[in-house]
Amino acid sequence: MPTLVSHPDEVKVLSRRFGQGAADIDKYIELDGYKAVQKAIAEGPEWIINTMKASGLRGRGGAGFPTGLKWSFVPKQSEKPKYVLVNGDESEPGTCKDHVIFLHDPHAIIEGTMIAGLAIGSKMGFIYLRGEYRYLLKIVEKAVADAYARGFLGKNIFGSGIDFDIITQSGAGAYEVGEESALMESLEGKRGVPRIKPPFPAVVGLYGGPTVINNAETIASAPHILLMGGEEYAKIGSERNGGTRLFGISGHVERPGVYELPMGYNLKKAIYDVAGGIKDGKKLKAVVPGGSSCPVLLPEEIDVGLDFDQMGKAGTMLGSGGIVVLDETVSIVEFALRTISFYQHESCGWCIPCREGTDWIKKTLSRVYNGGGTKKDVANVQYLAENMMGRTFCPLGDAAAMPTLGFVKKFRKEFEDYIDGQKAGTPIITVEQLVGAH
Amino acid sequence: MSEIANTIFSPQTAARFDHLVTLYPVKRSALVPMLLYAQDDIGYVSDAVVTEIAQRLDLLELDVRNVLSYYSMLRTKPAGKYNVQVCTNISCMLRGGYEILDHCKHKLGIGHKEVTSDGVFSLEEVECIGACCWAPAMQVNYDFHDNLNTVKVDEIIETYRAGKGKDVK
Ligand SMILES: Cc1cc2nc3c(=O)[nH]c(=O)nc-3n(C[C@H](O)[C@H](O)[C@H](O)COP(=O)(O)O)c2cc1C
Ligand code: SF4
Ligand code: FES
Repeated sequence: MPTLVSHPDEVKVLSRRFGQGAADIDKYIELDGYKAVQKAIAEGPEWIINTMKASGLRGRGGAGFPTGLKWSFVPKQSEKPKYVLVNGDESEPGTCKDHVIFLHDPHAIIEGTMIAGLAIGSKMGFIYLRGEYRYLLKIVEKAVADAYARGFLGKNIFGSGIDFDIITQSGAGAYEVGEESALMESLEGKRGVPRIKPPFPAVVGLYGGPTVINNAETIASAPHILLMGGEEYAKIGSERNGGTRLFGISGHVERPGVYELPMGYNLKKAIYDVAGGIKDGKKLKAVVPGGSSCPVLLPEEIDVGLDFDQMGKAGTMLGSGGIVVLDETVSIVEFALRTISFYQHESCGWCIPCREGTDWIKKTLSRVYNGGGTKKDVANVQYLAENMMGRTFCPLGDAAAMPTLGFVKKFRKEFEDYIDGQKAGTPIITVEQLVGAH
Repeated sequence: MSEIANTIFSPQTAARFDHLVTLYPVKRSALVPMLLYAQDDIGYVSDAVVTEIAQRLDLLELDVRNVLSYYSMLRTKPAGKYNVQVCTNISCMLRGGYEILDHCKHKLGIGHKEVTSDGVFSLEEVECIGACCWAPAMQVNYDFHDNLNTVKVDEIIETYRAGKGKDVK
């Protein structure tokens, strides 16, 4: 079971019901549950979207797109039904924040889905969880059933004359299905191969109808925003980055865990104060700041605010909020190889730069790791990664190329020394083990 | 009574499938979860599973197989009664994930995607399972175990061996 952690610097908005038994519908109601959706019904779609815009909430799935704006793109009139799709595929290595929301506050996701539905004029929402999250799916299924039993879902919700249904869905193992168009394909019973954009889902999405797709954390934030007001929520965060966010801090820290911090909180403080510093008093070597697809930061680069803009300026990304901390014992060659092995394994194979690029980077890094590399291999890896960037159908190609580029650029000397026989860090495994299952 | 005469599934699963196909705007949407639930029921996605699911969803068997081959949790051969899935992705790797995997290999005497001769356990190395902050982590069937060390792994495996493990399905 995920252990709950806490720290005085946390600002508990989204997580304020965690650990209080709010998966139970009565408890959820006691803790202000289902008030936001009633307010949303009373105030109407325009108010919801304006409040969401004012909140400065940006998508918590990785790309950071402003949520209110996304909702406003859905056409008011549509011949085809509109849908809300909640992305709970959570598969980016280093990320486990949605896990905690599903476990502790499933009704917040249901309520958020209803709010998104009211905002865009949809009558049906889907909550998609990765297949591995079966125990969480059961918790969500029970919450949905309880909400139906109370008449909160189904026909004429809260006497509004509006109908709203929610269907829960299980995946069956695939990272790529987290990409929004691949997610729609999977939900339509197909292979998780993405769609060409445009058209964007807001116009042509699930079953061809206009669709809003949001990350589970984004959706769970909506009820809190409507209750506290958009401006109030925005104030907690930093400029153009409203509110708080769940950050998962993992790897070599003393107190790993999921912490709710204001947007813009200092990354160095998050590691040293909030998560208790580097494990066993070791030295920090590097930080992968937002899930495994984000370019690595060096210790001298971590004095930076955790929001989409500041992380972008620092040459990396806020991504999924999964901060992975590496101490001095880590071999970057090994870490880079483990990272690309994942993306190679998960590439859907549709486009050549991604399918072949990830494979060649993995092969080349395996040779280096095995001791048979040449200096040209490092240049080749960089060349391959640079040529994947922006040349693929979906962003998985970039997600594989970006961390690779970060490693070979910032740790070039370590790669070259490794090739010369001077190995930094303490490799954990053999190359056969490393690439065995992937 | 199932919608399908001579269904190969247990009555609960068959009833669930009867209901599932009525839920969606398009029937085929039930395919991915159905394959997984069928696997939970039968142990793997057998030829007979493919046939019946195709029939239930008005699809070609080819369509079903095409989807089946995409998703990593779906298998076409039986696994052990308890499928041990050890994560070795980055957060777990940094906190001993490979050590846990090796330990399981030795303890169970099997490698990646192999099954013990008594059919009780199988082992898999898996990618991130969304338990990074509680690493290293593994799942036995759907049950999560985290903050692992080798002693804890031994206890967990013995609990399952004794038939006392929580078997989330
Ligand atoms: C390869 C890939 C995997 C992704 N995986 C996820 C995921 O597991 N969960 C998620 O919410 N978004 C994921 N995304 C981002 C989604 O495509 C999409 O941007 C997001 O769900 C939108 O929600 P948001 O605006 O609330 O962030 C992924 C994107 C890519 C390219
Ligand atoms: S970038 Fe990779 S995952 Fe995305 S469509 Fe191309 S091959 Fe598939
Ligand atoms: S890296 Fe192992 S659970 Fe995420």
